[in-house]
Amino acid sequence: MRKVNQRGWFFVLPVLVLVAFNALVPMMTVVNYSVQETFGNNQFFWHGLGWFQDILRSERFHAALGRQALFTFLILVIEVPLGVIIALSMPRKGFWVPVCLVTMALPMLIPWNVVGAMWNIFTLPDIGLLGYFLNHVVGIDYNMTRSPFAAWATIIAMDVWHWTSLVVLLCYAGLVSIPDAYYQAAKIDGASNWSVFRYIQLPKMKQVLTIAVLLRFMDSFNVYTEPFVLTGGGPGNSTTLLSIDLVKIALGQFDLGPAAAMSLIYFAITLFVSWLFYTLMTRNDTD
Amino acid sequence: MALELQAVTKRVGQVTHVKETSLVLEPGRFNVLLGETGSGKTSLIKLMAGLDRIASGRILMDGQDVTGMSPQKRNISLVHQFFVNYPHMTVFDNIASPLRVAGLPKSEIQGRVEAAADVLQLRPMLHRRPHELSGGQQQRTALARAIAKESTAVFLDEPLANLDYKLREELRDQLPELFAGRGAVVVYATSEPAEALMLGGRTALMQDGHVTQFGPTAEIYRHPNTLTSARVFSDPPINAARVTKKGSRVEMGHGLGWDVTGAAAGLRDGAYTVAIRPNYVLPTSPGAGAVPMTGTVQITELSGSESTAHFRLGSDTWVSLAPGVHPYRVGVDHRFYMDPAHCFYFAPDGALAA
Amino acid sequence: MAKITLDHLRHSYMAAPKGPADYALKELNLDWQDGGAYALLGPSGCGKSTLLNIISGLLQPSEGHILFDGKDVTALPPDQRNIAQVFQFPVIYDTMTVFDNLAFPLRNRGVDEARVKARVDEIAGMLEVTEMLGTRAANLSPDNKQKISMGRGLVRDDVNVIMFDEPLTVIDPHLKWKLRSKLKELHQRVKVTMIYVTHDQTEALTFADQVVVMQDGEVVQIGTPVDLFDRPAHTFVGHFIGSPGMNVLPAEVREGGALFNGNPIALEGPISSGNGRHEIGVRPEFVTLADAGIPATVRKVMDMGRHFVVEALAGATRISAIAEGAPPEPGVTVHLAFRPDQTRLYRDGWIATTREGTV
Repeated sequence: MRKVNQRGWFFVLPVLVLVAFNALVPMMTVVNYSVQETFGNNQFFWHGLGWFQDILRSERFHAALGRQALFTFLILVIEVPLGVIIALSMPRKGFWVPVCLVTMALPMLIPWNVVGAMWNIFTLPDIGLLGYFLNHVVGIDYNMTRSPFAAWATIIAMDVWHWTSLVVLLCYAGLVSIPDAYYQAAKIDGASNWSVFRYIQLPKMKQVLTIAVLLRFMDSFNVYTEPFVLTGGGPGNSTTLLSIDLVKIALGQFDLGPAAAMSLIYFAITLFVSWLFYTLMTRNDTD
Repeated sequence: MALELQAVTKRVGQVTHVKETSLVLEPGRFNVLLGETGSGKTSLIKLMAGLDRIASGRILMDGQDVTGMSPQKRNISLVHQFFVNYPHMTVFDNIASPLRVAGLPKSEIQGRVEAAADVLQLRPMLHRRPHELSGGQQQRTALARAIAKESTAVFLDEPLANLDYKLREELRDQLPELFAGRGAVVVYATSEPAEALMLGGRTALMQDGHVTQFGPTAEIYRHPNTLTSARVFSDPPINAARVTKKGSRVEMGHGLGWDVTGAAAGLRDGAYTVAIRPNYVLPTSPGAGAVPMTGTVQITELSGSESTAHFRLGSDTWVSLAPGVHPYRVGVDHRFYMDPAHCFYFAPDGALAA
Repeated sequence: MAKITLDHLRHSYMAAPKGPADYALKELNLDWQDGGAYALLGPSGCGKSTLLNIISGLLQPSEGHILFDGKDVTALPPDQRNIAQVFQFPVIYDTMTVFDNLAFPLRNRGVDEARVKARVDEIAGMLEVTEMLGTRAANLSPDNKQKISMGRGLVRDDVNVIMFDEPLTVIDPHLKWKLRSKLKELHQRVKVTMIYVTHDQTEALTFADQVVVMQDGEVVQIGTPVDLFDRPAHTFVGHFIGSPGMNVLPAEVREGGALFNGNPIALEGPISSGNGRHEIGVRPEFVTLADAGIPATVRKVMDMGRHFVVEALAGATRISAIAEGAPPEPGVTVHLAFRPDQTRLYRDGWIATTREGTV
């Protein structure tokens, strides 16, 4: 007698419907646009892979992708080690634990466009706290709207301020799950602080760190709101990241075909790199 | 009210976890599942509780087929080795939770929870949360939940394994009394033969997903039907050796032999496996007829009331279990006496001959 | 290797302890000989882990000193005490191989690689893990992980003491006795002072030459396994060691003799003078069902296979007896006799009789 319980599918059904409307339907629309050309009036013509070829050969795309890659690279290189260091230096027990946790969580509670607006005001050369301080107290010529370097420094600083907490909280969760016995054993074994980090804390943090890196990669690679609100992609195109460029093409120029093709390429890159990270970081778990 | 398994099996892929098993478990006394870790006790409990689907066979509760019925509908309780309580609830709420789910009136819940708490001496702790309790109290809370629920079947899967030694002893003593007269079928899984004996009732011996013998606990301890059953129901391990019977004499090798008496005297001549429990291999002679054997002691264990010695006899290892504390010296030859009157004789196919 | 001295040691987890009740560890003076095998035995919360952590240096005692070979180490951190500790849950370095795990304490101390290899190979041989040296430690079974934890203590030849904190908790019951005896064997081979903390009487008695029984932060008896079983100095020891534990019956002392429920009870010897709450202690092994003696009603009979445990009620007091022959039925009235040389009087928990023939 083999009676397989099919009722389980009913429970998954709402999710499937939701995912379909949420992701599959819009995605198929995008796929549809990406292979067609339109001249308005809702008339569409088959265009094959033309848009994809155009995008992949376009210098504008290459430049935006390069900026995006640089941005994500800097974010990961700064936020991950910084997050680990902060997590390591946080107290494990006592009164300060909730204080630290709440402080850490605060930036993440602020809506993204508000973060952009906040930093915009914060960095205004005349009246912004940071802008004024740098220009009139330290004496650096700091103006985000003129200097690409200043603009870059600001969007990086903003993202670090906003999102390092995520890495910290994830790592902290990994750290507090390590039983005291491990630290005690390491002390008794005469391990240095570095050895404790290398052989106890890092391996125990590895899983959450994988998640942290993945999340930070995906978020920073797809980032839009904050840099857009802060710099609008300027000065010039210096901070026009991939997502900002995409919106410009899609909504600014209303080039639906190229924008759709670009979206799919964008999506493929994100997916591939995420997969790569995940595979690399979990490679040693099973042997 | 009885729980009946009819030719139940469980397979996962190609692996058979529970071989064809038929059992009738009755309320009123404990039904113990005894076997080593991995012998299929937990698998069998999961099947009986409806947590796992059986591959073939039927499960009847009180004559009614419950094979496909979900655990929620079966009115059963399960107590695990690990203390499973809701951490955010007080002891009272923990015990009351299944009753609330069942939608019982408040006054009845109160009464049942308090009665169960009294039985398990949890009255003073009703308003504490699990993390404020000791391991024993946490496990008592889990037991109280099972009692208050008044389930028709209660499954206890090594419930005492994670408790302190003395606490285990106390609870083991109380458990049969706790469930007596409640009309529930109680199934208790354990890996310790001594625990099965203390709980009494009936025992099913399990090995490799197979029930090798089922019957009143002390009876199957005294009369194992196969060598396997004798091994499962022995801690420390039962001593076994190949012997040849010729006339009234049994020869074991190592220059050891004895005259057979009793039922064994009627056995046909030939090869047998003899098995004798460690408590009949003693460092002092129990009297006439004892077979002296000398072996090098390799491992000793003192439990307080008893002493165990593992000693080398030729290429075999034998075990002696004697009351009191005997300070054996490891690596030194000691003399032991085996009482052949308590030997089991098994035929070459493993079945009990005498 | 060292002799360990605990000198007026006390510990409280409170900042300003007021009375004795605030001390997790009450005043302790002890000498542990070099190379001995000791066990700290007691129920959870008796202070045994506190004591262990004080010796290892993970905890600073509130008062008193710890001396290794006469040298005060009270203020030294764990890594400078040259001790090793095996924890309840196996601590292994997941990312390392078994070899690297065993080598870790040596490499941290700058031992040259040739010596590291020699020591690790030797210890791996003793622990029977040689064939696992190349595998990653994370993939081992719990009992092998625990062996590796032990091995990290054994590789160092400079350790003063190896401490075990309930090391068999996570080990499968059927492997426990193997590890237990392995440990005993290792002790006999390496002759390092070992201290073993447990709540399990079998583990303590099997492993140790000397067992320290603790209750409520206090040492109640120190002795060999035979001492503890034969002549418990405290009712707690009698109850804790042995299954079932010693019967403890409320008693009255009148004219130098002891009475239980009005029945005079013969004791092992004369009662020391003093006043307090009196109890009679006798192990179930030495209670027999006789024709004459204390009348009691059989409450329960447990068939243990090799003997019966008879639980009887004499008045309101439960008395257990171990019977070899056919047991009585529950509800029947029996008479219980105590073997005099194994029957003792306790005053406020402590033994108050002297054995005939001893001082």
